[in-house]
Amino acid sequence: MTTEQRRSHGIDISALNRDDKNQGQIETCIKVENLDLFYGQKQALFGVNMEMPRKKVTAYIGPSGCGKSTLLRCINRMNDLVDGVSIKGKILLDNEDIYDKSVNVAALRRRVGMVFQKPNPFPKTIYENVAYGLRIQGINDRHILDEVVEKSLRGAALWEEVKNRLNDNALGMSGGQQQRLVIARAIAIEPEVILLDEPASALDPISTLKIEELINELKEKYTIVIVTHNMQQAARVSDYTAFMYMGELIEFGETSELFTNPAKKQTEDYITGRYG
Amino acid sequence: MMKAWFKSGSPWIWLTAGAVSINLILVVGLLALIAVRGLGHFWPADIVEYRYQDQTGQASVIIGEEVASSLLPEAQAKAAGHEVLNNAEYLVQFLVKTGNRDILGGDFRWIQEQYIQQKSEPQDLISIERREWGNFYGRLVSVKESGSVIAEGDQAWAVAQEKLAKTLDLRDEIDDLQDHDVGAINYSLERLRLKQRSLELKKQWNESTRLDFANQKQELEKQYQAIQQKLGELNREIKKATLVVADANQKQINIPLNRIVKLTRPNSMGLFDKSIEYISTFITFITDEPREANTEGGIFPAIFGTVLMVLLMAIVVTPFGVIAAVYLREYAKQGFITRIIRIAVNNLAGVPSIVYGVFGLGFFVYILGGSIDRIFFPEAAPAPVFGTPGLLWASLTLALLTLPVVIVATEEGLSRIPKSIREGSLALGATKAETLWRTVLPMASPAIMTGLILAVARAAGEVAPLMLVGVVKLAPTLPLDGNFPYLHLDRKFMHLGFHIYDVGFQSPNVEAARPLVYATSLLLVMVIVGLNMFAIAIRNNLREKYRALEN
Repeated sequence: MTTEQRRSHGIDISALNRDDKNQGQIETCIKVENLDLFYGQKQALFGVNMEMPRKKVTAYIGPSGCGKSTLLRCINRMNDLVDGVSIKGKILLDNEDIYDKSVNVAALRRRVGMVFQKPNPFPKTIYENVAYGLRIQGINDRHILDEVVEKSLRGAALWEEVKNRLNDNALGMSGGQQQRLVIARAIAIEPEVILLDEPASALDPISTLKIEELINELKEKYTIVIVTHNMQQAARVSDYTAFMYMGELIEFGETSELFTNPAKKQTEDYITGRYG
Repeated sequence: MMKAWFKSGSPWIWLTAGAVSINLILVVGLLALIAVRGLGHFWPADIVEYRYQDQTGQASVIIGEEVASSLLPEAQAKAAGHEVLNNAEYLVQFLVKTGNRDILGGDFRWIQEQYIQQKSEPQDLISIERREWGNFYGRLVSVKESGSVIAEGDQAWAVAQEKLAKTLDLRDEIDDLQDHDVGAINYSLERLRLKQRSLELKKQWNESTRLDFANQKQELEKQYQAIQQKLGELNREIKKATLVVADANQKQINIPLNRIVKLTRPNSMGLFDKSIEYISTFITFITDEPREANTEGGIFPAIFGTVLMVLLMAIVVTPFGVIAAVYLREYAKQGFITRIIRIAVNNLAGVPSIVYGVFGLGFFVYILGGSIDRIFFPEAAPAPVFGTPGLLWASLTLALLTLPVVIVATEEGLSRIPKSIREGSLALGATKAETLWRTVLPMASPAIMTGLILAVARAAGEVAPLMLVGVVKLAPTLPLDGNFPYLHLDRKFMHLGFHIYDVGFQSPNVEAARPLVYATSLLLVMVIVGLNMFAIAIRNNLREKYRALEN
């Protein structure tokens, strides 16, 4: 990497391609350009630049409060809901600035799905939870809904467990099942990108394992960005890893590279457990 | 020792438990008193025959129901001209419902125990509930039809019962004809008159419409004549039979059967018969219309009016309150102004209800109603349609009165919906409005229902503002009937709360009205409890459906 690239924390796609087995297939899906974010007067993100490749898993790691969730929530403009947030810079999704005035936020969120830290199924039936996104779009045809619900639940590796109780209340499921239901709900509207905000932090080890397996399957079809506290998890599931600290992107690179041979001292300190 | 007891915290537990117990005792005591006094009224009391000789030495026979007893202090007794026997400190006296207002001039009479020479309860005493003049107590002598005696002595009772059943059937038929058929014709005639007036005002009244209207009128007249003829026959039929009865002092009077509501011999009834009689009296009370300045008959129109008004109020207040709360909580920028609005809403709940009544009369009835009349009902002038107190204005006034409760409860419910649920919905591409409509509001619905329950409880018991905006002592027609447009929002109506006030404190016959006050109070409490139970059932159902995400 050149010094110029290092200073802007950008990723050199061509450099990545060199080591990748599927050379030439890597293309940028989301590009963050000089992103600054302020909560009122307080700045939370400082000049973040990065490019996340399509149909790969990108993980954000870093200590609590480093801004990784904030960055994630910028990608589907979830931060718009917080009072007093202001943003400078650009985020390009397929080369379109999502912060452009002409962007329909609801339409954007249909392209960029999100799964939260705590499972948040609606107090409706399992079926209605998955069908929610479609119903919002005005699709009420029972055949289409049936098909999409089954496909999404299969996609979230939940179908076999719930196929006989689709009309039960979703709140009666276990935490791990609820989280997979929320993933099914997100993929039912076929987004391009799925954002996962510490999706396994509230789950037991077995459920966590299932979610991680699921992430591996999902990356066949979707670009995935995951925030995690757990470095082993990042190492297991992601192709690329970004290390953030105090609102700045310190280092971004291929996961195997970043964990075995970090370029920055701060990264090395963090992944070897010296702070964080 | 004492110190240790105080430190243990027991006094605090005793204090709080005591407060709860007092509340409980008050509630149970209140309900028990109302229930006992109110429900006791319907029990067929035994009729007592007293041989009586008062202080003037005049002997008489008194027949009636013993209603109450009391002690008359010696001094008062002497002042009233009684001679106190055996140097007693008190005179025991009974209040007897003697009925026979037409003969005796009053329904009740106090008698002193010391003057009673003999007290008995003969089986053959009858009690007749009449359509006017109150009850009659005495003995049945004979049954007459078309002037000639058809049964006497022992057979008279059975024949009288049989004839009475027939008469009551005829009576129902007549009432039905008068209320429905004649009522409908009158209503149509009135509408025709208004239509004609409206056409005249628009200068569209010409020869062809005149002929058309005349034809319609003639048709209605013809129908009316037919009904009138039938009514005449029925009326002749119903007036045929007469009971000859004798009062306590053997004075005979004739009571036409069509003036009788009920004929019983309570002294010859067993417990079972009395129970059946009791239930039927109670049912009559809640399904019948009032008679004799509300002191007799039932209270159905009042129950109906109360329930209908509360339902209309709920239909108006729920959407208004919910919409206001949604704006305040979800859309408005939280700041100084919203704080002021919240304080204003909360204070609105503390405004005395009569003030709402005055506002309702001034704004709804005169300004709004007056304008509606000018714009939509010019043909009815000078008679007002909506420019006079009525059901609609009463419901709106109460909706205004209960609005703060619904707003506060809904806001509370909205604030309890976890942020994660809203984010989950937004993240799926829903707009804020879709999120509100599909997820947040359904989840807040139990809280909305709680607000509605409180609103209903308050509205159903409110009387003061209603006296200004629509409640009357006696409404000739129900606000809901078979004539288009079926629900007559402009009509005046009766209300249980006002009925209690009217019967208890505006009635010429206080003694007769007292048990009715208790019974009506009990009914009012039952109606409110019923409405609340209904709302609570809905709320619990919703709660089960939208169990919160906690834990």
